[in-house]
Amino acid sequence: MTPGTDLRPYLPGVEPERQITDWGRSERVEGLFDRTLVEFFYRLWFRCEVQGIENVPAEGGALLVSNHSGALPPDAPMIAKAIKEEHPHPRPVHLTMEHFFKGFPGFSMLLPKVGGVPAHPANVHRLLYDERQLVLVFPEGRKGTEKLYKDRYRLRRFGRGGFVEAAMRAGVPIVPIAVVGAEESAPIFAHVRPLQRLTGLLYFPITPTFPHFGLLGMLGYLPAKFIIRFLRPVRTDAMGDEPWEDKGLVQTVAQDVRATIQDELIEMLGERRSVWFG
Amino acid sequence: MSSKRILLTGLSTYWGGRLAQALERDPGVEAIIGVDRRPPKVELRRTEFVRVHDSHSLIRRIVEAAEIDTVVDTRLVVDSIVTTPRLAHDNNVMGTTNVLAACGGEGNPVRKLVFKSSAAYYGAERDDPAFFTEDMERPHPAQTLIERDIVEAEGAVRAFADRHRHVTVTVLRFASALGPALRTSLSHLFGLPAIPAILGFDPRLQFIHEDDIAGCLEHAVRHDLPGVYNGGGDGVLVLSEVAGLLAKPLLPLLPPVGTGLAASVLRRAGVKISPEALGLLRYGRAVDNRKLKATGYRYRYTSREAVIKLREHQRLAAIVGANQEAYRYERDVEEFLRRSPSVRNRPDSSAFDDLGADELIALLPSLEPAALAELAAHEREHAARPGVLRAIASLQGFEPDR
Repeated sequence: MTPGTDLRPYLPGVEPERQITDWGRSERVEGLFDRTLVEFFYRLWFRCEVQGIENVPAEGGALLVSNHSGALPPDAPMIAKAIKEEHPHPRPVHLTMEHFFKGFPGFSMLLPKVGGVPAHPANVHRLLYDERQLVLVFPEGRKGTEKLYKDRYRLRRFGRGGFVEAAMRAGVPIVPIAVVGAEESAPIFAHVRPLQRLTGLLYFPITPTFPHFGLLGMLGYLPAKFIIRFLRPVRTDAMGDEPWEDKGLVQTVAQDVRATIQDELIEMLGERRSVWFG
Repeated sequence: MSSKRILLTGLSTYWGGRLAQALERDPGVEAIIGVDRRPPKVELRRTEFVRVHDSHSLIRRIVEAAEIDTVVDTRLVVDSIVTTPRLAHDNNVMGTTNVLAACGGEGNPVRKLVFKSSAAYYGAERDDPAFFTEDMERPHPAQTLIERDIVEAEGAVRAFADRHRHVTVTVLRFASALGPALRTSLSHLFGLPAIPAILGFDPRLQFIHEDDIAGCLEHAVRHDLPGVYNGGGDGVLVLSEVAGLLAKPLLPLLPPVGTGLAASVLRRAGVKISPEALGLLRYGRAVDNRKLKATGYRYRYTSREAVIKLREHQRLAAIVGANQEAYRYERDVEEFLRRSPSVRNRPDSSAFDDLGADELIALLPSLEPAALAELAAHEREHAARPGVLRAIASLQGFEPDR
């Protein structure tokens, strides 16, 4: 075997008797959530409006990049649901999550079942390149979800551009996404550090319903109207040989994607007449 | 390079024996010499057994006297359940150093070394990738003794490979092994009436059937595969899926905080949960097996099929009692049968008639359905032992649970 052999033909085959993928994703659990909670929030509560769905490729890997907010972020399942519902070729979306969740009891059990994948570069690469799947990342990470209500729709830093590097290595397009509504649905007014330390959570926010309604209060979203806009894909396969080695280029592309989403958000906010009715 | 004269360490392990059997069938292999502390458990026709463990000078003398060109080292202890930490360390670190010393040096005939290691090399941590590839390192230093031993042993093998460029060194890192002949921490937990779990965790696990371990080792002997290769069945199961396949309840006995303490209490109660199994029960582990597949190896069992095989074995064990060794090696008798001029009919291992009922039952799970049906008909016409017939029927009627 020579180095650089294409290993894609050697991916394990699908065992039809199984209902769980090698990533730990369960058809049954995901279907259950999809038909109940997600369906309710998508159709009735947030009344999601989807624009530009044609920008999501019908086949091959693609990296979806979105702004991020909300203590228990509602944007990820809504984007996944939008692709499932509106796309002519519905495809599963793999949601990257922080390693923290793999180590936290309960989350560790549940999140992989509904499509969560720890945000390890090797995982993203395997999904994008080898398995040609859709992967959703939030480059803001927890800096996005823990930001306060007063900072809404102001994008945080996009890390070190790791997501651009991942897309370049896999040679797949980046599809920027702008989500409006998530910020108002789960506003955070303050953080309580001592309680965060006590519970071992990523942060301990004060929201309209948390912590006074308990853990379920995390799901107590306000019924803001969601608008999910998929933007024009950025191709990464024609940027020369090994573009990921060029850190300057990586940063430039990351900044461009961030600026695209930020500009789009400002435009969408300007068009919006009501937080609740769009 | 084609291997003609082969030395096997760990001949009495299941895969050591299976590998020797497979190599015996190859007329191109001139000599097979197996060393171990204990005599082999499988029937061997022309493999020569020498009772020695890992003494450097003795192995060296055998290597030189027999002009060994290939050494297959299957002796590594990868599970703390089988021995004490001190013996494991002796075997894994000192033993490996000794075997390597016997393979190197001026004028040494060895040209190929196949080293059986374990995916425990990668550990099991929170920030692991979902699939380890061969070029990845563990994100944190090893915590458990056995993992530290494995890392150290592999380090010694790597250093040997760097110093001896003319020797093809293959390291095989195997996922958690399952099989009737094996006793591992995981197979012990899977054999309990309910499978203990850590509350709030459902880890991803990958398995390899013991026949595939023997198969991978043989593949490495027959081909030149320098470098490290992962070995693991296709497919990664979550623990709850394994429990479903084994038709056993999952019991989240271990709390997520203070897990080590709870495990030591359980250990007192006879539930042997090894420290390295705790990592697997929390975070799980899977390896990317494609590099070996790309060299032409085809796995006989997926992870799921390995678990189903274990289930079949557990069902049979419930009928006929604990695993009985199908064959015991009696050295003097074997020597007589092989070499004595008085023997007119050399024994043929392929016929089943000369096996006792228990021995036959222990063999059943390894048969293909067609062969099983044939055997059932044969058994009904001839001996018609009720125990054997019942065991065959239970295997034939068995449909794996969803």
